[in-house]
Amino acid sequence: MRQNETLSRRRLLKTLAAAGAASVLRPARSLAYPENTAARTGPILTRPIPSTGEKLPLVGLGSWITFNVGNDVEGRDACAEVIGAFFREGGRLIDSSPMYGSSQEVIGYGLHKLGSPRELFSAEKVWTSSGARGPQQIEESRRRWGVARFDLLEVHNVMSWEEHLPTLFAMKAAGKVRYVGVTTSEGRRHDEIEKVMRSQPIDFVQVTYNALDREVEERILPLALERKIGVICNRPFRRGELIQRVARAPLPGWAAEIDCASWPQALVKFIVSHPAVICAIPATSRVDHVRENVRASYGRLPDEAMRRRMAAAVEKA
Amino acid sequence: MSEWWTYRLSSFLLFSPRTYYRLFELYNAAIWPGQLAALALGLVIFALLRRGSGKASRAVAGLIALCWLWTGIAFHASRYATINFAAVYFAWAFGLEAALWIWMGLRGGLTFDRPGGFRSRAGLAMVLFAVALQPLSGPLLGRSWKSAEIFGLAPDPTAVATLGILVLARARHRWLLMVVPTIWCLVTGATLLAMKAPDAFVAPLAAAFSVGLSFRRPAEGR
Repeated sequence: MRQNETLSRRRLLKTLAAAGAASVLRPARSLAYPENTAARTGPILTRPIPSTGEKLPLVGLGSWITFNVGNDVEGRDACAEVIGAFFREGGRLIDSSPMYGSSQEVIGYGLHKLGSPRELFSAEKVWTSSGARGPQQIEESRRRWGVARFDLLEVHNVMSWEEHLPTLFAMKAAGKVRYVGVTTSEGRRHDEIEKVMRSQPIDFVQVTYNALDREVEERILPLALERKIGVICNRPFRRGELIQRVARAPLPGWAAEIDCASWPQALVKFIVSHPAVICAIPATSRVDHVRENVRASYGRLPDEAMRRRMAAAVEKA
Repeated sequence: MSEWWTYRLSSFLLFSPRTYYRLFELYNAAIWPGQLAALALGLVIFALLRRGSGKASRAVAGLIALCWLWTGIAFHASRYATINFAAVYFAWAFGLEAALWIWMGLRGGLTFDRPGGFRSRAGLAMVLFAVALQPLSGPLLGRSWKSAEIFGLAPDPTAVATLGILVLARARHRWLLMVVPTIWCLVTGATLLAMKAPDAFVAPLAAAFSVGLSFRRPAEGR
């Protein structure tokens, strides 16, 4: 088991103050997200991107469905609050796609409202069957985010990757993007993902990985370690299905051993404790949930034996 | 689409139920008191259908065309498209339906059954349901009154009322007018099912009822 870093007195006081304020301000919570949430223990845990060594916090922020609120100002403000809370908790990577409706514009709205936080690590995708249309779509996405350039650009669902990757590599060479990758979800097209990982000099791969969807443990994650490719994990809660599944079960005793106060934290810690994983990207439209999620990147992480117990507990729930 | 068998209905849902119903809430707020005009329009159509004259048929065709055109532009293209890129295609389909009603009204081949038989009563009941009862389904299921879906302004009750009208209609190309509303009822049923809405069955059931009733007796042209 990985050990905690020592708490500084200042951080402890800050944590206690934050926990006290949170207990007053936090809205009603579900069973899965109990009132007694874990305090931040020690510094935020990070993992280096294999290709450069740049460190990223273990929990990012997804935007699929949750940030697609259209022109609803109330909805956009709520998303901006989520983004603000994400940064305040120490998060950096925000993920989106042209496929996610208005999510890109809503992220741009939130970033602008927050004064373009410097901590941002922007992860965007290209999603079109036409290679020629790719650059125009990327530029449109950049304009919607309101950023000078993206940190990471990925080929969404490996769609037309043979056409898009040369464009993305050329952009990387020209300094217009820092990292390049490919994505898939829900276990689809793993053979093709593997082919790309073996043949292309990509920095990241994004796949579905959680306590129940563990197919990537067999080939993709070991290959990522071997090829020094960072892994981003989508669908950490299977769109809430996993949280519903475990919500009625009491939080097992082992949760305290890895500094988890809730099931969602445990579910996230299961994912990010795999050595190939750089970060998980849970999506939410609630401030209390984003805080809870990011706090999974603090404290101790499970070792392999504990991970097996965790997966078994979720399977049994 | 590769590995199509791995996709579920929810894989195609781009937004949350909260965002979807909030869309209607904001739409209703923006067009108030248009809802009252739409309700009056629905009752006028109901009254015209009960008369069943040739002139009434043209008026009904024109008014229904107006409802489809408005819903296509004001709802699908202007609002739904902000959270669902497919809504642009829905807007075009609604425009096509409006054009078909105008064409049918202008060519003069459209008449409606006079009230009396089971089919005509069922058709009128569908129209009345869409105008007066369907908007209540959301509030009755615990959703806000502000997000009520109103005939002539929102796609679901507009499609159900149109299918009710088509149950009464007698025209050679009546089937042509059923295509878009029937497809819409299936699309909205699938969307609501993916959102686990308890009223997901309403529009598909109305479409099945309408198509089934239309099989009872072949359409007669003039």
